[in-house]
Amino acid sequence: MKRIHRVLALAAVSSVALATAACGSSGSADDNPDAKVTITFWHGWSAPNEVKAIKDNIAAFEKKYPNITVKSVGNITDDKINQALRAGGDKAPDVVSSFTTDNVGEFCTSKALVDLTPFMKKSGVDAATVFPKAQREYTQYQGDQCTLPLLSDAYGLYYNKTMFAAAGITSPPKTLSEFDADAVKLTKTSGDTYSQLGFMPDYHGYESTITHFGAQWNPTYFTSSGKSNVGKDTGLTSAYEWQKALVDKLGGYSRLEKYRTTFGDEFGSKNPFMTGQVAMSIDGEWRAGMIKDSKSTVDFGVAPFPVPDDQADQYGKGYVTGTIVGIASTSKKQNAAWRFVKFLTTDTGAVVSFANAIHNVPSTNAALASSEVSQDPAFQTFIKIAQNPNSSTTPSSPNGGAYQLTLQNLGYAYESGKTTDLQGGLDQAAKAIDQAVEQAQ
Amino acid sequence: MRTSRLAILAFLSPWLLGTGLFFLYPLADTVYLSFTHYNGFGSPSWDGLGNWTYVLRDYDFFWPALRNTLWLVVVMVTLRVVFGLAVAQLVISVKRGSNVFRTLFYAPYLAPPVASTLAFVFLLNPGTGPVNTVLEKLGIPAPSWFNDPHWAKPALTLLALWGVGDLMVIFMAALLDVPRELYEAAELDGAGALRRYRYVTLPHLRPIIGFAVVTGVIATMQYYTEPLVAGQVASGQIGGSGQQVEPGYPAGSTLTLPQLVYNLGFQRFDIGAACVVAVVLFALSMLFAAVLMRRGGGFIEADR
Repeated sequence: MKRIHRVLALAAVSSVALATAACGSSGSADDNPDAKVTITFWHGWSAPNEVKAIKDNIAAFEKKYPNITVKSVGNITDDKINQALRAGGDKAPDVVSSFTTDNVGEFCTSKALVDLTPFMKKSGVDAATVFPKAQREYTQYQGDQCTLPLLSDAYGLYYNKTMFAAAGITSPPKTLSEFDADAVKLTKTSGDTYSQLGFMPDYHGYESTITHFGAQWNPTYFTSSGKSNVGKDTGLTSAYEWQKALVDKLGGYSRLEKYRTTFGDEFGSKNPFMTGQVAMSIDGEWRAGMIKDSKSTVDFGVAPFPVPDDQADQYGKGYVTGTIVGIASTSKKQNAAWRFVKFLTTDTGAVVSFANAIHNVPSTNAALASSEVSQDPAFQTFIKIAQNPNSSTTPSSPNGGAYQLTLQNLGYAYESGKTTDLQGGLDQAAKAIDQAVEQAQ
Repeated sequence: MRTSRLAILAFLSPWLLGTGLFFLYPLADTVYLSFTHYNGFGSPSWDGLGNWTYVLRDYDFFWPALRNTLWLVVVMVTLRVVFGLAVAQLVISVKRGSNVFRTLFYAPYLAPPVASTLAFVFLLNPGTGPVNTVLEKLGIPAPSWFNDPHWAKPALTLLALWGVGDLMVIFMAALLDVPRELYEAAELDGAGALRRYRYVTLPHLRPIIGFAVVTGVIATMQYYTEPLVAGQVASGQIGGSGQQVEPGYPAGSTLTLPQLVYNLGFQRFDIGAACVVAVVLFALSMLFAAVLMRRGGGFIEADR
């Protein structure tokens, strides 16, 4: 009898233990950053050169602050981050970094990451002077600066110099009408397919997304009250219309889609730009590094992506995004964690050496202007795009990148001809985005 | 009396604990969460029918995903059962080398789903795949398979038929289990091959067919890996670091309900809405199983 009771009691205790283990502990920012402490840093980098760059950065930090030891854990994906931020505890990270910039809104509204504004105030970091505008925008949500930028990506135009010369094109296009004309000139059809395509505009064509194109029109995705503005933004309408017109000029959707299925993996050595299947592409600064690291013999140039004809004076801008880093609200060592975040994101030497090591664009004004940063002309083109005051990004929203996927879906329907009423589609998209955001709040 | 009841409880406790912790508690929690607003952080807050109206009325992807799932349940499960039975019949009828064929037909079932889906997407690639190259050489109009909304689900069905080995083995065992003397008796009574099949073989197979259909329906309700991999690989967007991908390429034709659960819960952080889809899936699975079990009369001959 006694035994049975004990078994039942044990079962009851263990289920209670399970239930309570799920509840996290709340963090605090009253720790002494000068005390001897170990903080945990989770990040997504996994390639050997990236991990080495992180380690070097940490070594430099620990040299500067010998009382703080940083334990870094790499190759962390977003679902693991979310789980850890939810659970908290001794093993949970104090500092997290994520490639999914889109999730900033969620991190801020859920208070999973702390607002860094008080820390910045205390340390005299003025975000407005330290970071470029686009970088400031994608790291905050409605004034809550719950993350800071840790290196950026800028998007521009890659073009094949050999094909340009063969087509008699002497310089990269600056306006979209020049670009369209060049794309047509660089296209060679063969039967119902192509032997060479000027540019792949289809929305499944790797980085050819509506938000990357749209940046050339600086769209306003959300009003100041947080409502979707896509039904009213004329720039976004122009972006959709420009893409669709280019699809038609280059031979139509079906033919382009069929050609697209012959492309190799975007991040492999068979990338269509690297194999010469396309003469131009929109891509990030990392592509130049990939081309150099691969056996590709493509002779390429880079330039800012062309701008709409009526905005020729703004040539030089582009789409900017990047990696983010923040402090877990469950952390009990937030002051020490802030020292590390401040070092990673604002120390010019740290930002520059990290950027050089992993071929990413630096994310502070000082680092962008630094003479220490790679002076390779291709890389400098992207630095200038990141510095350009007219460059733009996609703002964070409380439900991740859902609104961007809604816009992409409209793009698929519009480019394929399934939807012909663009305005109707945009209105519907705005409604769906609002409903989804409302649902998320 | 009390003691014996407690003893019974104690003996049952491993099962009770297992079922309670891993089935009843998650199920009850899923139903509860479907009525709450919960983003995975913080704690859930009561939201009434908010998630239900959002998913059933406002969320554009629910009904297409449900249609796709039902299409697959009807077409894929039926074809798999028919094809599995046909292959089993053929393999046991082969006079020589039956073992070889059995192995050949069973082997694909062992292939990991991601690998086999990748292989199919490459084989059926409209631009570079060998299947379309051959079809075009023969002058047969080749579909775009995983790149065409009308052909994506049939292509997935082909993939499922290729991996029919599990059903084939079960059907083979059942077919070999039919008593010979029944066939002999039927033959003496003048029954031809068709009638022997209809009145001897099929009745014996009924519980096995029932089992194949019910497990097939449940598995198809949970169909996730193959359509997700096929959609992403064919679309060219693998969803690398920092990229979010809406599943269902092309044009939502491979979107299934389990993908919505993931997409809503873990990409949009809307656990409540994800739970609504999960509850619908559970209810549908139960409904299918109940109807099929009732009509089929159970899996065991003696049950009927």
